[in-house]
Amino acid sequence: MSEIEKIKNQFFSKLEEAKDLEKLNQIKSELFGKNGIISNQFKVLATKSDEDKKTFASELNTLKNDLQIIISKKVEKIKIEEINKKLENEKIDVTLPERSFRIGKIHPVSQVIDEISSIFSEIGFSVEEGPDVENEYNNFTALNTPKHHPARDMHDTFYLDEDKKTLLRTHTSPVQIRTMLKGKPPFKIIAPGRTYRSDSDQTHSPMFHQLEGLHIDQDISMGHLKGCLNYFIKEFFEIDKIKMRFRPSHFPFTEPSAEVDIGYEIKNDQIVIGEGNKWLEILGCGMVHPNVLKNVRVDHKKFQGYAFGIGIDRLAMLKYGINDLRAFFECDYRWLNHYGFDPLDVPTNYRGLSK
Amino acid sequence: MKLTIDWLKEHISTNKTEAQIVEKLNSTGLEVESVEPRKNDLSDFLVAKILKVEKHPNADRLTLCVVDIGQKELVKVVCGAPNAKNNLLTIYAPPGAIIPKNKMKLEISKIRGETSYGMLCSGAELNLSNESEGIIELNESFKKKIGKSYFNSNKGNVIELSITPNRPDCLGIRGIARDLSASGFGKLKEYKIKKTKQKNKQSLKVKIEKNKSQACTIFGSCLIKNIKNQESPDWLKNRILSLGLRPISAVVDVTNYVMFDLNRPLHAYDTDKIKKEIIVRNSKKGEKFKALDNKDYVLDKDMCVISDYDGVLGLGGVIGGTRSGTELNTKNILLESAYFDSEITRKTSKKLNLDTDAKFRFERGIDPNSIILGLAKASEMIIDICGGEATKIDIQKTKRPETKKILFDANLVSKTIGIQIRLNEIVKILEDLGFKIKKKRKDLEVEIPSWRPDIFGQIDLVEEVIRIKGFDKINSIKPEKERLKATLNYTQRHFHLAQRSVASKGYLEAITWSFTDEKINKFFLVNSKLTKLVNPISSDLNVLRNSIYPNLIYYLKKNIDRGFENFSLFEIGPSFEGREPGQQKTVVCGVKTGNVNEKNWNEQNRSIDVFDIKKDVMQTLSELGLERGDIIIEDKTPQYYHPGKSGVIFAKKDQKNILAYFGELHPNILKELDIKTNAVQGFEIYLDNLVKYKSKNKKTKSRMNTSDFQKSERDFAFVIDKSFKSQDLIEIISNVDNSLIQNVRIFDVYQGENIPSDKKSVALNVTIQSSVKTLNEEDLNQITKKIISTVEKKTGAKIRS
Repeated sequence: MSEIEKIKNQFFSKLEEAKDLEKLNQIKSELFGKNGIISNQFKVLATKSDEDKKTFASELNTLKNDLQIIISKKVEKIKIEEINKKLENEKIDVTLPERSFRIGKIHPVSQVIDEISSIFSEIGFSVEEGPDVENEYNNFTALNTPKHHPARDMHDTFYLDEDKKTLLRTHTSPVQIRTMLKGKPPFKIIAPGRTYRSDSDQTHSPMFHQLEGLHIDQDISMGHLKGCLNYFIKEFFEIDKIKMRFRPSHFPFTEPSAEVDIGYEIKNDQIVIGEGNKWLEILGCGMVHPNVLKNVRVDHKKFQGYAFGIGIDRLAMLKYGINDLRAFFECDYRWLNHYGFDPLDVPTNYRGLSK
Repeated sequence: MKLTIDWLKEHISTNKTEAQIVEKLNSTGLEVESVEPRKNDLSDFLVAKILKVEKHPNADRLTLCVVDIGQKELVKVVCGAPNAKNNLLTIYAPPGAIIPKNKMKLEISKIRGETSYGMLCSGAELNLSNESEGIIELNESFKKKIGKSYFNSNKGNVIELSITPNRPDCLGIRGIARDLSASGFGKLKEYKIKKTKQKNKQSLKVKIEKNKSQACTIFGSCLIKNIKNQESPDWLKNRILSLGLRPISAVVDVTNYVMFDLNRPLHAYDTDKIKKEIIVRNSKKGEKFKALDNKDYVLDKDMCVISDYDGVLGLGGVIGGTRSGTELNTKNILLESAYFDSEITRKTSKKLNLDTDAKFRFERGIDPNSIILGLAKASEMIIDICGGEATKIDIQKTKRPETKKILFDANLVSKTIGIQIRLNEIVKILEDLGFKIKKKRKDLEVEIPSWRPDIFGQIDLVEEVIRIKGFDKINSIKPEKERLKATLNYTQRHFHLAQRSVASKGYLEAITWSFTDEKINKFFLVNSKLTKLVNPISSDLNVLRNSIYPNLIYYLKKNIDRGFENFSLFEIGPSFEGREPGQQKTVVCGVKTGNVNEKNWNEQNRSIDVFDIKKDVMQTLSELGLERGDIIIEDKTPQYYHPGKSGVIFAKKDQKNILAYFGELHPNILKELDIKTNAVQGFEIYLDNLVKYKSKNKKTKSRMNTSDFQKSERDFAFVIDKSFKSQDLIEIISNVDNSLIQNVRIFDVYQGENIPSDKKSVALNVTIQSSVKTLNEEDLNQITKKIISTVEKKTGAKIRS
């Protein structure tokens, strides 16, 4: 066995056994110190004949490299082990609560308004608004509901003066009037907003929300109305199959007029919208009455179209299983937290309506 | 409007089932509200089975019966009948039922110390037989009917319709039958009246006075003499009961019957109580009369009254009076069948706040041509039941009813609904509904039946056609996905953003009424007009809100009272400045109370203060696109804020334009409203002002300029007047050299020891960086000196050494 091989065997096993940095450092100086074994062998190298020199030098260099690699790997390993040991002592209870954060909520009505706007945006409607305080003309007369007409009884109106000239709008339909008076056809708008009627019980609230829709152009027929509402209902409830029926009705500002019912059933005490055999009224609609168009100076021989009115609160209740309308406006912390929506949950066309 | 199938079948021959009829009514626009078993006085009497007969503990001749009445719970009834035995099927009357024999109302009672829930009935008690000894024994075939009404078998249902105000004709069964017939549900029967020749003329004089806006234009009448008024026969009573009315006497029941059958209101007077003659005239102010609802009414000027020489008999088209009312002993009657103008009748009833069936019909429009038919039908029925002889019909008329005609271009049908309907089908539908049609070149000349006051123009005819044809026949056209205009305008985009921006800071969005309590509102009424509601739903919701705060703190208090302490609420919506349309602005208003955190194991807790609310406002404004440099803050705020702890935010370029207020709400308000919390912090952002400012100062993103030269920081501490605003100090330092001073940050404010009591020490950190070179020590010293000297000169401050 050559000297080199001897050193190799001896130190490989020695290094194997070394357990800490101290021991390693000791071995390191034993090998590579001023009088270290490897250093001494280089001195021996000088004494070798030219012939032997070449092989000896190569063997010695290989040994030197191998030993150095082993030592540095060993150092690395021991260091990691030491860190790991230290970390073990740092263990804490991560099930303790995090620092507090608060999540705000968007009211279901606002969320549903955004959902509806997103749906109608896709088919080209833009959003219009009107004031909450209206004059009697825009709220009734312009909408083909003359002063002493019994249809006014269907709207329990809040008045702001004894002459009944100004009032809180009883529906969003006056926005139709304002929009058409200030622009030129075609009109393709929706108008969500607050509406007011002076009755109050389990199912009625003195304030509620409506969404008006209006599409006026040349040749817009009831077929378009049907198609539009069909599209809306399916998109809104996010289900493919939903039964829908148009039932003739009467509103002074549309003719023909219809109410729209959708199918539902009761499963486990909850309303399930879709194909059940019961009917639920959700909106009123119709072809805009020629008298209304005359009142806003739109040529009713050239232009025609439809309008609809949707109860927003009711839609929110149906889609999200909320029972009591009154609770919408009572601001109970628990209710707002429970039924509210995350502000980042913005209904959009490309992401979809709900999370 | 209520109807029953058997009544309907008097007007139409149909073999359709009730379910089919209900569906058809819905699809023609006569909305079915409910279908319920017909009620009558006897509906309550149920088939029942005695399960067990026990002895009454305190009476030998009484028993305690345990009775199955078809419900979950069995009932206990005390019974005196000798034939009560186990498993006997009999008839049970629940508490509340009226016993036909003695008209007594049954109540839960104790009989010799035992409570009896109802009664088991004998044949005599039910007027079925004279048997009064024992209770009725029913045969085994009734076993299946336990719990069902004994008398109600096969009587059918009452269908209740919600008739829209345009269809007065369907307030009569005949009108409903006509619609069904036009929809292909059978032939409309001819309305038959027995032809009898009356010899005598109507001898009571009737006069319609020519008054200004006289509501009555036609007054038809006939006298029936020598009648024997009495209870109506059962069939008529049942009809009256099915309408939800109470039978009164044959005369009254017949007039009601005709009203519901033909939508023809009638009125019967006791002729013997009329003084001389009938005068239809306008009332004088202050005239009084007692109406059939037993109330006294004082009339205004120009209401339409039916009167005699002694005064008012009734209010035309609305209600009759007690003075001339018929009773069971009435011998001679005058039947009135008149036409009253809808608008005037409505005004009168509104003024008197008087709602009646007749008024409901007249204000919607009664067929002026049904006057004779109604009188003929009613007198025939009265004579049938009560005997007597009728006179000829007398008609007083001041105006002839017009016949309306419309020139109808039938192409409008397909143009409106989008599908083709053949001309002869259109004609057939209209004719079946009673329209008379003549072809006139390209168009149709359509004569409107007198019972359809709702038909004015061509579009009304289109509706008639499609209503009968069926809305389900209209083909749905897919919407086009083309956008002509952006969905949201600039303001709406900011609304949407502001709403979600505030919510993302931990606020719960509330929606509260637009009206509020005047008593809370008054604290927040600044520079706006108070607007009262004329008819509020309650006295604490009686004014339009002049600010969102009143409602928000009202509900804040409610939540605090519920036991919640640390929370934030906000609302975005209208705040009203006056009573006119448009005098409203959109405000984002938030409130915050309690501590920053819930009690937490690893965080120091503290109360929310004005700088928390300021952070929320500033961050929201920043998210809405305003930069810190666009804004200045002052401390002049409305009276509802804490005078020392609140601020107002303006745009630098437009200092009249208030963007927001923030701060602590005035502690006195919390005290007044008994809000149990340390402090409430709040903010108001005026969205309209913000959008106005932004649209005038629109910015695109500027080019990004960064400097890679080394930056340095220097700290300064100045002793300065206590009232000197930090905002101004920062401004002064920044302006020393805008190209070098990149940032100025206050990191400490100190008052107290070592500082004079009217001064404060403000420590600032200034970031200095050039965009053209690395600054050397010399440059930095120079700028530092300049900062110190400028501040000292401009503010009177002293640098702290």
